[in-house]
Amino acid sequence: MQVTLRVQRFNPEHDTDPHFESYTIDADAMDRILDCLHQVKWYRDSSLALRRSCAHGICGSDAMVINGVNALACKVLVKDVKQPITVEPIRGLPLTKDLVVDMDPFFSGYLAVKPWLIADDAEPEPERERIQSAAERERFDDTTKCILCAACTTSCPIFWSDQEYVGPAAIVGAHRFIFDSRDAGGRERIEILSGKNGAFKCRTAFNCTAACPRGIEVTKAIQEVKQAALFGSF
Amino acid sequence: MTRYHTYDAVIVGAGGAGLSAALAAGKNVKTAVVSKLYPTRSHTGTAQGGMCAALANVEDDSWEWHAFDTVKGSDFLADQDAVDIMCKEAVTAVLELERMGLPFNRTPEGRIDQRRFGGHTRDHGEAPVKRACYAADRTGHMILQTLYQQCNKEGVEFFNEFFVLDLLMVEGTCAGIIAYELATGELHVFRSRSVLFATGGYGKMFKITSNAHTLTGDGPGVVYRKGLPLEDMEFFQFHPTGLYRLGILLSEAARGEGGILRNKDGERFMENYAPTIKDLAPRDMVSRAMFSEIKAGRGAGEDNDYLLLDLTEVDPEVVEKKLPDITEFARTYLDVEPLEEGVPVVPTAHYAMGGIPTTVDAEVLRDHRAETVPGFYAAGECACVSVHGANRLGTNSLLDIVVFGRRGGLAMTEYASTHPLPDVPEDAHEHAEKWLASLMEGDNPEPVADIRETLQQEMMDKASVVRNEDSLTQARDSIGKLAERYAGTRVRDRSKVFNTELTEHIEFGYLLDMAEALVVSALARTESRGGHYRDDHEMREDEHWLKHTFITKGDGGDPSLAYKDVTLGRYTPVERKY
Repeated sequence: MQVTLRVQRFNPEHDTDPHFESYTIDADAMDRILDCLHQVKWYRDSSLALRRSCAHGICGSDAMVINGVNALACKVLVKDVKQPITVEPIRGLPLTKDLVVDMDPFFSGYLAVKPWLIADDAEPEPERERIQSAAERERFDDTTKCILCAACTTSCPIFWSDQEYVGPAAIVGAHRFIFDSRDAGGRERIEILSGKNGAFKCRTAFNCTAACPRGIEVTKAIQEVKQAALFGSF
Repeated sequence: MTRYHTYDAVIVGAGGAGLSAALAAGKNVKTAVVSKLYPTRSHTGTAQGGMCAALANVEDDSWEWHAFDTVKGSDFLADQDAVDIMCKEAVTAVLELERMGLPFNRTPEGRIDQRRFGGHTRDHGEAPVKRACYAADRTGHMILQTLYQQCNKEGVEFFNEFFVLDLLMVEGTCAGIIAYELATGELHVFRSRSVLFATGGYGKMFKITSNAHTLTGDGPGVVYRKGLPLEDMEFFQFHPTGLYRLGILLSEAARGEGGILRNKDGERFMENYAPTIKDLAPRDMVSRAMFSEIKAGRGAGEDNDYLLLDLTEVDPEVVEKKLPDITEFARTYLDVEPLEEGVPVVPTAHYAMGGIPTTVDAEVLRDHRAETVPGFYAAGECACVSVHGANRLGTNSLLDIVVFGRRGGLAMTEYASTHPLPDVPEDAHEHAEKWLASLMEGDNPEPVADIRETLQQEMMDKASVVRNEDSLTQARDSIGKLAERYAGTRVRDRSKVFNTELTEHIEFGYLLDMAEALVVSALARTESRGGHYRDDHEMREDEHWLKHTFITKGDGGDPSLAYKDVTLGRYTPVERKY
């Protein structure tokens, strides 16, 4: 079948503003949008810039706005979207070129919440593994699925208007440790997230939950972090 | 403009091996990780099943049993000293990951849970054993995340989306690397006391593969062009259950939970090939059986070119709960409902057993006599220790990257602490600069994508699961012609910022080199062993072939071969039966 793509193009070396270009290609209904973009890049215009790696929804490289919705280009099939298929870069991060944005601010936000296990210094080093019950492990299971694709953060209207906000993905990253029974850094992280650029900026638009390609209940995780901050319940 | 950096340890690649090395080195010496991807995009993240270690949390186990299984799985080509180290250190490696925060699944007592996996047995093959430590069906994802988090905690410096172009050598000693920054198009010279390559595999030379688009053999490619050897390149693992057309992996756990492979007549064909363990035979054996079925016209579908993975007899709750990701893959990409119908599958190019030869401390070998290159290290799939020999066991790749990545990082620390920074000539970057300029000079309308597709099809047809002299000779000749065509192509995009046509162009050059090394090594090995199966030499021949292949690109560009004896140990080669 014939498929028409409308792709946002921008080359900082000679464009002042982004514009759209249309490409009509042969594709199969079962092809991924990523396959279509490859068709364009490999056979029509080699200068098209995009990120991708695993091509099956695990590495998190190819988050884009497809027909107005944040998604991974390797998880959306031609048969499931209306034509022409409009493809734009994710919003709220500085545009580098075509479908590529600068991810450094996103990763800085993530690292700002100290997303690593902070052990209790008072406790002796365990000889073997720490003991953790299956229920304790289950408590933070959902937020361990995050692949840092930025689909949630760049779907958030608060983040669009204020990039100082750490954003949903960073709060998910903090949640994963705050509710881990082995972690002693909850207070430090809550302090960071109680600040003016933290979790309380969230206005529960639920865009993030809808955008997550891993099915994480992002908004719920953010609410749990807010509650933990208010009631010290973690 | 060229930029200069100076480090004690530079690590190329940010998957499990690279980050393990960075963590070990970063605590002691000034360390940088240079990766063509953001670290969390690395392919380690797609590993599903688990990481084996004889913790004996659930059942009796010992590291010696693990070592036996690994050696037997390797069809006795693995070096047994390296296998012993890996299986012994597996236990501390898993416990260390837990201490770093890795969220392993837990037993009712709150210990790390363990489950069965293909080829892992109790007491030298007596029965399957629960040895794989796991975090749901995303163990690799959790290892990658945990290591990335810890590296940031320790202040390791990252150069993300920097693409390695060359290794700097001064009088036979490693002196650093040259890298290309994607965001700016600038060259960077990293002077370093030590360098470790952890660049992953090169499955993209095949049409059907579980590998990411970015797995193109960059590290081994650079090494091969430097005139250094690659080891055991003919051994490439095909995983039996890749999604039809796409190659996306469906974990071995699917058959572990009771899934059955069927041909177009609904026959459970593995009964004819491995009467005792049937669908749970090792990967190389099952892939060969599938190949035979398709060749005999018993494949399913319009073109009789796939088999069916039947999960309909497995408890639906088990499918949903224990195999959620792979059932989602079948639904998303093939529109198939695994609870109601067979999932179309084909063998998919999965893992390179061969690579850059190293010692057990990840030091790179200069030749088959085991001389090393001072200051140069390699670990993970791009390297060959060799712990996987001719066929890797499931879960041992995650173990390999953590154990030998860490050992490499420690060895770099030691080396960097006792050796001066090599002098790098001021014109060190000129070779790379001229190379890039030459790729962007002149015109040629032929897209590299066409040549790449031809290579992938040729390798699939002639050098994959079943090979022989004719098919390999044809493949070698094709690669030669494709290399000529490739040499004439040019990068049409001349921009500086995020020029991925340029990086894809260079990556394909490495793939061509990897394909050449694989085919030439395979043509010479006139026996069948593990993942290397020749229907014109069907038997394993220990008398002649219990040895590792070393392939080197000569000055004239032609590859030459040499051989190194396998390091044996407690286990004497016997026929491999399951």
